[in-house]
Amino acid sequence: MIDLQLTALLLAPLLGGLLLALFGSRRWAAELNSLMSFCTFAASVALTIRVIDSGPQVAFNEQFFIDQFNVFLVALTAFVAFTTSLFSRPYMRIEQHHGKLTTSMLHLYYSMYQLFTFAMLVALTTNNMGIIWVAMEAATLTTVLLVSLYRTPASLEAAWKYFILCGVGIALALFGTILLYFAAERVLGQGGTALLWTHLNEVKGELEPTVLKLAFIFLLVGYGTKIGLVPLHSWLPDAHAEGPTPVSAVLSGLLLNVALCAVMRSKVLVDGSLGTHFAGNLMMGFGLLSVVVAALFLSRQKDIKRMFAYSSIEHMGLITFAFGMGGKVATFAAMLHMTMHSLTKSAIFFAVGHAVQKSGTQQMENIRGMLQISPTVGWGLMLGTFAILGMPPFGVFASEFLIITTAMHDYPWTTPILLIALGIAFAAIFGKVQPIVFGETTAKPLPHSPALIPVFAHLLLVLILGLYMPPYLANWYRQAAVLLG
Amino acid sequence: MSIPFTTQIIYLLASILLLVAFAMLSQRRILSLINLFAWQGLVLSVSTFVVAYSTAQHHLYYSAVLTLLLKVLVLPWLLHRLIRKLNVKWDVETLINIPTTMLVGIALVIFAFNLAAPISQLSESITRGLIGIALASVLLSLLMMITRRKAVPQVVGFLAMENGLFFAATSATHGMPLVVELGIALDVLVGTFIFGIFFFQLRETFDSLDITHMEKLKDDNS
Amino acid sequence: MENTNLTLGILLQLCQLLLVVLMAPLLMGWVNQCRAWLQNRSGPGLLQPYCTLRKLFHKDAVLAHDASPLFRMTPYIVFGCMWLAAAIIPIIAVDLPFSPAADVIALVGIFALARVFIALAAMDIGTAFGTLGARREMLVSFLAEPALLMVFFTSSLISHSTQLPHIVETFAHHEFVLYPSLAFASVAFVMILLAENARIPVDNPSTHLELTMIHEAMILEYSARHLALVEWASSLKLLAYISIGIALFLPQGIAGVGNWNALPLAVAALLLKLVAAGAGLALLEALIAKMRIFRVPEFLGTAFLLAVLGLLIHFLLGA
Repeated sequence: MIDLQLTALLLAPLLGGLLLALFGSRRWAAELNSLMSFCTFAASVALTIRVIDSGPQVAFNEQFFIDQFNVFLVALTAFVAFTTSLFSRPYMRIEQHHGKLTTSMLHLYYSMYQLFTFAMLVALTTNNMGIIWVAMEAATLTTVLLVSLYRTPASLEAAWKYFILCGVGIALALFGTILLYFAAERVLGQGGTALLWTHLNEVKGELEPTVLKLAFIFLLVGYGTKIGLVPLHSWLPDAHAEGPTPVSAVLSGLLLNVALCAVMRSKVLVDGSLGTHFAGNLMMGFGLLSVVVAALFLSRQKDIKRMFAYSSIEHMGLITFAFGMGGKVATFAAMLHMTMHSLTKSAIFFAVGHAVQKSGTQQMENIRGMLQISPTVGWGLMLGTFAILGMPPFGVFASEFLIITTAMHDYPWTTPILLIALGIAFAAIFGKVQPIVFGETTAKPLPHSPALIPVFAHLLLVLILGLYMPPYLANWYRQAAVLLG
Repeated sequence: MSIPFTTQIIYLLASILLLVAFAMLSQRRILSLINLFAWQGLVLSVSTFVVAYSTAQHHLYYSAVLTLLLKVLVLPWLLHRLIRKLNVKWDVETLINIPTTMLVGIALVIFAFNLAAPISQLSESITRGLIGIALASVLLSLLMMITRRKAVPQVVGFLAMENGLFFAATSATHGMPLVVELGIALDVLVGTFIFGIFFFQLRETFDSLDITHMEKLKDDNS
Repeated sequence: MENTNLTLGILLQLCQLLLVVLMAPLLMGWVNQCRAWLQNRSGPGLLQPYCTLRKLFHKDAVLAHDASPLFRMTPYIVFGCMWLAAAIIPIIAVDLPFSPAADVIALVGIFALARVFIALAAMDIGTAFGTLGARREMLVSFLAEPALLMVFFTSSLISHSTQLPHIVETFAHHEFVLYPSLAFASVAFVMILLAENARIPVDNPSTHLELTMIHEAMILEYSARHLALVEWASSLKLLAYISIGIALFLPQGIAGVGNWNALPLAVAALLLKLVAAGAGLALLEALIAKMRIFRVPEFLGTAFLLAVLGLLIHFLLGA
């Protein structure tokens, strides 16, 4: 039964959140956190196998819906959440040792981490467009206190900005959802089914185009704030730079994907109703703007986490652009890039987290010579940077290549813009990371040994996927791409 | 004139909602702002009730009661407690230029009505015009958040925006499914609590709830 | 039949002409009396304005040396304008011979004409107070007039006409409908009424405090019969505004086309409404504090906002 796997998937983080709310200040809280994340991951694997075997299905009175597209994100989310929990165990201990965090802050961190995972998984698996909104808002609420975990003026400012901007954004998304319901109610009638995606998908041709057009604009702007699309991105660098590194990793690697998933769900409906490329064009426009603006901002950054946050904006822009182009190949490429970006970016944040701990600052000019004090951190950061910049043989190269060739075929005028932006980003990031890794150092050793297994595990996955994509996986992605059209 | 009497009442309430949104936009005192917010909640609750009565939708009665409890009693009470504890009860926002804000507000209302006009035309539902009003009050609350420099009024603006959305959900579309409404209400409540925690953290760190202190994070000096 | 109707109409019109000009000071007296009661004073009595007028008419007029003919003409022009305005507003019956002239935009024009003359006359003498008053008056009217027009547009849009009789006919003799737009417009109208008639909170009609006065500053130089006419004109203006308010927002009870039997009832209803309106005005004045002159734009801005909102809501909701 799919109900079983789904229950396990959702119950694990919820239970984890409750347990950690009770026992979060115990010494073994970090291990419990990892254990619960592992359970979630195991459940997601079971669910994935199940869905790939027997196709899309609904569960729990149609309230949940799993198809190849969202199960791929579920697996990715559970996996990165698991590795991040592994990473955060030593990382948070070191922070505590440095006196930046107290036990009660850690308590809050662990329980909120699990609830955040829960909210994201609900947003991914739910079939109800209203519940997607509720879960997205819940994900914001759980992370906002994590961003301000350090209680410094800068982190408070970042969290406030994050809260207000995302709150406003998500409110607009709610308006979009209401408009969607307004249109759906005329076709499906009053009651609970009018917001269920599967039902909407069946009747999408009959939905009123004018309403859906407006609804999509609101949904895109609303969830787009969460994705970090320019010009709604200004919370993102702050939140990533000032929050604890594991939080930056999950925000960048996961939350942005979940928001994009919500947008894609709406896009399918809108495309079906309008029969034009309106939604796609809008997404391409936002995506392209994000890529270009983020690339230009990259070279001005001095804070290392901030720089990689801008890099996230750039990549989310690229993915949005690819989804916007539509068609099987572009969608396939976008999903591949989503996977690659999540894995690589979280790996980079892990490495950056340790590098920052070693040198005691986030200012790039003061972080030098990682290779001398810790070759593993240095190489992790270097390889991660190579990967995110799209160097072969890493998987990001494959997905970016696919996106650009598709763009060249379908929208030739965008290719030079994309190439130039990627070039600028390459120069900016590489130029800044190189001295960090290879320069002369002044840093001290750490009190706990860093957790670098997640870094290399992610990078290895990215490398393998870049070199060889198993037919099983390719087939799965292809099916999902077909679903999204 | 064939508009039923209940619809006329809903129209009147919608107009009052818009008026309250404008009043909030121009209100400088924090205390009065919170009271206005409570009034807005009351109007919302009554209009939900009237919609429930006129369309015989039973779950809307629950919504109306929920709104009454949450937005007229609990949230204003929480906010009152907060401002008393934070000792900002008599704070006055001095920086807003009311006539300009009002003109921008009118422009926003026109914009919202224009945006909603095609929707109003295609719907035969009795409450077709209300989406425009709801959108207008959402945008007005947004404007209020933008013009404020203190944390509490910003949050009140945020909650008022939620009110506008709720009005769209109940009056224009006759209520979202109950589970969604409950979820939204829960989110709003939790959000207010978190805002409350935030206020204390802010005051501890900055010694004031003035968010002009928080403009340090920029790309150049970071 | 047609002929009798016309004669009757003309007769009725003459009646209204006389009625308004005689009733206006009484209304002023009533408002003052109510105010006095609300302030726990005994008050000068209802007929006091008549006595004042009589006293003023018996005095010899004193004119400044530099007064031009304009200064002397102004009281007559202002009085004439206000009398005309008050006389053509349909308050008793809708089909009077003069009533086609009662176009709302024309009414605004008549008020503007009177205002221009009184402001010019105030500046004519060249005293500081006159100029100050004229400038403030222009500031107030500059803000109030667009708001007033917006109020008129709202009701015109609902009734598809700018003719007051037609508007009244639409509102009075159709089934009762709640118009949110009209509710907004009526609040805006009350605010405009307060500002245009130099009432609290914009101006205080009973003081000559130089820092705050507007209307009184303009007529400081007038005496005797000129002053009497100006004072009479202001009471006519108040009556005209209240009549417009009644016509737009509370026309129930007015006699319909050709329905002469309803006349006595209409007159009774009108008197009742006027009494209520005067009491309400006094109550408002007792409750509100006079605001600083610099806050007046905010006050009138709010009135404008309300009027525009009413208009917009009419467009969106059709109600």
